Amino acid sequence: MSDQVRAEWPLYEVFVRGKRGLNHVHVGSLHAADDQMALRHARDVYTRRNEGVSIWVVPSAAITASSPDEKDPLFAPSGDKVYRHPTFYDIPDNVPHM
Amino acid sequence: MTSTVDEPQLLEQFEATVARKDRIEPRDWMPEAYRRTLVRQVAQHAHSEIIGMQPEGNWIGRAPSLRRKAILLAKVQDEAGHGLYLYSATETLGVSRDQLTEMLISGKQKYSSIFNYPTLSYADVGTIGWLVDGAAICNQVPLCRTSFGPYGRAMIRICKEESFHQRQGYELLMAMMRGTDEQRAMVQESVDRFWWPALMMFGPPDEASPNTEQSMAWGIKTHTNDELRQRFVDMTVPQAEALGITLPDPDLRWNEERQAHDFGSPDWEEFWAVVKGDGPCNAQRIAHRKLAWDDGAWVREAAMAFAQKSAQKSVETEGER
Repeated sequence: MSDQVRAEWPLYEVFVRGKRGLNHVHVGSLHAADDQMALRHARDVYTRRNEGVSIWVVPSAAITASSPDEKDPLFAPSGDKVYRHPTFYDIPDNVPHM
Repeated sequence: MTSTVDEPQLLEQFEATVARKDRIEPRDWMPEAYRRTLVRQVAQHAHSEIIGMQPEGNWIGRAPSLRRKAILLAKVQDEAGHGLYLYSATETLGVSRDQLTEMLISGKQKYSSIFNYPTLSYADVGTIGWLVDGAAICNQVPLCRTSFGPYGRAMIRICKEESFHQRQGYELLMAMMRGTDEQRAMVQESVDRFWWPALMMFGPPDEASPNTEQSMAWGIKTHTNDELRQRFVDMTVPQAEALGITLPDPDLRWNEERQAHDFGSPDWEEFWAVVKGDGPCNAQRIAHRKLAWDDGAWVREAAMAFAQKSAQKSVETEGER
């Protein structure tokens, strides 16, 4: 057997839609040889009690993530824009439905 | 992107996060000792779930009814699932699944000593659900708030499922207690064997648990071994009374002043002997795991070869279009 074949099954991230109308949410990860097996394993590992109506599996290597090191500079631009929030605006109490 | 922050500053940020009871996530900077402690603890927990399939799996083929067999199958499948959640959490700390399996088989990493005791009678299936899973729940509920995010999230999933495990065990014992004298004796005998090992599941007494203080400072553990053991005893005594069995401890009694039960001390020499490999089933459990791992090698390799071949084929068909 070549080393390539003996390598570990790749890692997949699993996302489950809990019920219709909700987003798919990350629930964990698992190993599988290919996409179809990842989907079947995801069903067995993460939805044994009707936890979902739909599953996404994504090879972990395909995910691009922001780095924790650059957390501050990356999110800084939204920090000083308080006017993006409704509470920034004073509206008198006698104005209804707002 | 290279970090411009130096280590003392990173440590300060880490400690502030833990102090706020906020979570540490896999890509955050963390002290090497924190990572090592977590790998040890979460891997040990994962191994326990996987090895824990064996004592109960022993009774699947001999369950007394289809109903009991279906329940037992579902429970053992859950243990496999719990092991997988926890292996995934451990892998986010930079250890591979194969490394973890090899450390279990070679004995470099441990699993809970409770699974080195044999299941000699069918009543043991009920006792394990009631006492062993009950003790596990006591341990695991506080771990849902542990400082490492993936560990806490795995614990939340596990705790939701453990409640079924404990209830099915207690219900099984209740059914036997409604049966013949012989069945009632089987339950009592089983509880007599599992009571002390269940108390040992919380680990050595606080004064002999050198890692506890640091683990609590890091928010990995939130209660000491003795606190959790006390909580378990207090929860279990009324359940034993309702069941109609006697817990095998002559020193067990209610202490009005402490508003808690006094109870005897497990045999810690036995505990350390089992941890070090001299329990009744240590060799058998590891040999069985190794056999399953070795026997499954060709399946893992064949699936990988098939996946590579299919990927290659689809690239070639793409090229022809």
